[in-house]
Amino acid sequence: MIETGHFALVLAFALALVQMLVPLFGARTGNQKMMAVGSPVAVTGFALTALSFAALATAYASSDFSVASVWENSHSLQPLIYKITGTWGNHEGSMLLWVLILTFFGALVAAFGSNLPATLRANVLAVQGAIGATFFLFILTTSNPFTRLNPAPIEGRDLNPILQDLGLAIHPPLLYLGYVGFSICFSFSVAALIEGRIDASWARWVRPWTLVAWMFLTGGIAMGSYWAYYELGWGGFWFWDPVENASFMPWLAGTALLHSAIVMEKRSALKIWTLLLAILTFSLSLLGTFLVRSGVLTSVHAFATDPTRGVFILCILTLFIGGSLALFALRASRLTPGGLFHPVSREGALVLNNLFLTTAAATVLIGTLYPLVVEAFSADKISVGAPFFNLTFGPLMVPLLVVVPFGPLLAWKRGDLLAVAQRLMAAFAAALLAVLVTALFINGASVFAALGVGLAFWLICGALTDLAIKSGLGTAAPGVVIRRFAGLPRSVLGTALAHLGLGLTTLGIVGTLCFGTEKILSMRAGETVELSGHTLRFEGLYPAQGPNYAEARGRFALLGADGSTTGEITSAKRSYPVRQMTTTESGIKTIGFSQLYLSLGDEGTDGSVVVRLWWKPLVTLIWGGGLVMMAGAAMSLLDRRLRVGAPSRRKPAGTVPSASLP
Amino acid sequence: MTRKQKRLSVIAGGLAFLGAATGLTFYALGQKASYFYMPADLTTASVQPGQRIRLGGLVEKGTIVRGQGATVAFSVTDSQKQVKVTYTGILPDLFREGQGVITEGVFDPDGVFVADSVLAKHDENYMPKEVADGLKAKGVWQESKSD
Repeated sequence: MIETGHFALVLAFALALVQMLVPLFGARTGNQKMMAVGSPVAVTGFALTALSFAALATAYASSDFSVASVWENSHSLQPLIYKITGTWGNHEGSMLLWVLILTFFGALVAAFGSNLPATLRANVLAVQGAIGATFFLFILTTSNPFTRLNPAPIEGRDLNPILQDLGLAIHPPLLYLGYVGFSICFSFSVAALIEGRIDASWARWVRPWTLVAWMFLTGGIAMGSYWAYYELGWGGFWFWDPVENASFMPWLAGTALLHSAIVMEKRSALKIWTLLLAILTFSLSLLGTFLVRSGVLTSVHAFATDPTRGVFILCILTLFIGGSLALFALRASRLTPGGLFHPVSREGALVLNNLFLTTAAATVLIGTLYPLVVEAFSADKISVGAPFFNLTFGPLMVPLLVVVPFGPLLAWKRGDLLAVAQRLMAAFAAALLAVLVTALFINGASVFAALGVGLAFWLICGALTDLAIKSGLGTAAPGVVIRRFAGLPRSVLGTALAHLGLGLTTLGIVGTLCFGTEKILSMRAGETVELSGHTLRFEGLYPAQGPNYAEARGRFALLGADGSTTGEITSAKRSYPVRQMTTTESGIKTIGFSQLYLSLGDEGTDGSVVVRLWWKPLVTLIWGGGLVMMAGAAMSLLDRRLRVGAPSRRKPAGTVPSASLP
Repeated sequence: MTRKQKRLSVIAGGLAFLGAATGLTFYALGQKASYFYMPADLTTASVQPGQRIRLGGLVEKGTIVRGQGATVAFSVTDSQKQVKVTYTGILPDLFREGQGVITEGVFDPDGVFVADSVLAKHDENYMPKEVADGLKAKGVWQESKSD
């Protein structure tokens, strides 16, 4: 089975080379047969990669320790779910998942691309094949997951205990679907540059792919943030760690791309910029892969450090980023620029969005790479952390958030700012009310905190205003309003949902950062502690045994006003004997949208234990807002006009759109 | 304004914005980046009390003192010099004697390093990269520690 998997991977590499060369050559020479090779090869390549991945997953599930990667990252006592997720909880398997998703997207283009111009499809698949080929080569030469051990060890070395969590089942696949999903936009852009023209189907294709990738990336980042929050026991939701930034940069650029693609699709303006942005977004994805996988950064994500891997990925990075940007420089002048518009217009608002988002992405990029550059050119070692990002990223985001509600209400081509401002009066009043209520009625609220709450309400009410106005609330009869609301284009609903989600996330961040409280103390069994109106009694430490770990569970009773127990929180110190590692399992109690968060520290000699307790108001909205943003993207994808399978609007009436996204 | 002037003013506005953002970024890098030092570096580098730095090294054996409540004192060493560190909070799971740590914080006027975060690397080697590189540079690195 393992050899089958290895063989399938080698075959997939060979097919990727075919996919790269034959359709490209066919498109240059106008050879239909050669262009047609792309699709079946892409589908077969995906099938082979899936077979290869299944072989590795089977080896993990059945604890086949004759495979080096399984031996290093698995143990026979692990629960089955962690045995399976352990497949990508290591460098080799994780790269295999990366190419699996890459070939999956290639196969999707092949499957749904029958109505694309033949040369465009051939070129897209060729670029996709080129990315695939380099990464297959990378895996086969530096990170082969199928290396055997002889003699086979009896027992494995266990998966890193921090990764033995359900988060590993969700976070990496979602994140990779996002990261790698942008490869499609990249391939479309490079294909357009190779052809020297951007036709109408280009724009209609790029936007839904961007939406798909963006939706998964949003989910992946939100899930990763929540995982770090509950697993690390530090109580933070974002650390501005370089590895987090690596996923955040493509998200910022991808968000910009999402917005500029709208302008391009609706008004065929900003073509060249959109194309460049698509290239940059995937370049940032590749850079993220490099930062995380090469070992230049130390983090949980850098599973192992091997210099040859870093150099190899750096070469891939240089090849694709350098190559595509060089192509852009050569060919961009051939592309015809699109229509003109007034600065105050929907287009203008979207350009402003792009200006802010790309600048923010650049700021994060500088902050992330600066320490590496300093270390490379001098003996100094520095770190750039939260203080830097708070000072630069914050001031860039606030004005952007302020203008968000204006965008969807402005007309295309030439908008009336005053009229829009009047329509937003209700939202503004609601935000002002939120500021006043916060400042007057919440103890210890700073001016910043009150304004932050107001900003969140401004976003939320702005999104609702957009929907209300577009369904005619206040001007039409209630029955008409409901019918109009139901008939709103899905993309309008999607936009409002995404902006609403952004408001919820903002509210969660402001609530947690400005109104959160914490206590660190040492407690003995029977003692109580009070934090922001919640009283907890420490019941004591109890030993317990898990499948592959032993733990000391600290039990805490949540007390009501009359002293009766209303709930329980358990936090534990786990020790995993195989790796001799200890982890802290935080105890979390969700109350409304807020959470009580508790983490155990060291035991003292006198039977006391250090306890760190946080009250995190509205913290769940941070990730809940992310889910709402995902729902917005999904809603937009359901829009008829965006169906990938129906790029041609001139279809005879009555035909059913041939396909939608999976 | 003519069309050309309008366009120029939009471009000028965009450039001014980018310029401001760039200026802010480099100002923030100068102000907010924190330097990494090993204890022996501190004799030559001038670090003011209150200046935020990261201090890395090994947790010296036998120096961990748990005081009242959740405050812990320990020494960080690079085998040449030691620095006394205090920290209030929960130490990372991988924190132990003889292992590498990175602490971040400021010196108080008495020369005690008051850390507000303590990091230990999350893998089986217990050795943050900066500390390993620093120890190698000082010639006190033992290869056995690197696995």
